[in-house]
Amino acid sequence: MAETKHLEVTLDTHVESVNLAEEMCVRVAEASGFNEDECYRIGMAVREGVINAFHYGNQEKPEKKIHLAIDLTGERMIIHVMDEGKGFRLTDVPDPLAQENLLSTSGRGIFLMKAFMDEFDVLPGRTGGAEIVMAKRLPMLGSPSSNGNGNASSSDAAPHQEA
Amino acid sequence: MPTLFATTRQDGVITIVDLSGRISLGEGSALLRKTVRDLLDDGHTRIILNLGDVNYIDSSGIGELVSGFTAVRNRGGELKLLSLTKKVNDLLQLTKLFTVFDVYNDETTAVGSFK
Repeated sequence: MAETKHLEVTLDTHVESVNLAEEMCVRVAEASGFNEDECYRIGMAVREGVINAFHYGNQEKPEKKIHLAIDLTGERMIIHVMDEGKGFRLTDVPDPLAQENLLSTSGRGIFLMKAFMDEFDVLPGRTGGAEIVMAKRLPMLGSPSSNGNGNASSSDAAPHQEA
Repeated sequence: MPTLFATTRQDGVITIVDLSGRISLGEGSALLRKTVRDLLDDGHTRIILNLGDVNYIDSSGIGELVSGFTAVRNRGGELKLLSLTKKVNDLLQLTKLFTVFDVYNDETTAVGSFK
């Protein structure tokens, strides 16, 4: 059984942390064998998670921190984004695809994270706020998605198939 | 280094904004907001955003596109999109914003679409 690798970093509540978190996770994803499209999706999901922590969780207060952790198991890349806010429930998040919300200028981050990752949940965070937990199955060696020739139009949540 | 560049040009009464880079939280979204607001303040209400060189948009950028669309419409004008890259096209499909925006693949058709 493969050993779990763990990486953890504490980020300032700052716009630059969004870019930093995205870059860091994309590098880990690339090193784990994800193709370009999957790296883009993982990067976008992390970006949206940290934007959520920055803006909604920590209310852009610089004294608060954003905690980012990555676990690489033998099967999945699991990403945790924790803020120091008040927390929230997924059931309270409006559906951005509802007709009355289509012209909203915000509220699409959670939807994009769900769409771009295989697993997604929001838990009460250890730091008192919300903890977003999202995961992507690692590409199988020799599968279409591990060599950069994966079908970008296929379902985001579709499992990678063995060659 | 700026994440987004914007240049504007006129085709008759139509203003075309050529954008390149990333429309994302921070400078990119702020520049798009300022560009559209400045055009409206100068009386330009028929606007095409050329996104042919925009390779990345996050939720903040999407929000800014919607905000621009609404601001222009509230002034009695129209804001349309031109030349979406695949990633931007996919995002607008995913978020159902394709049903909101007028999207064109070529500039001549986009310019001709204004009443």
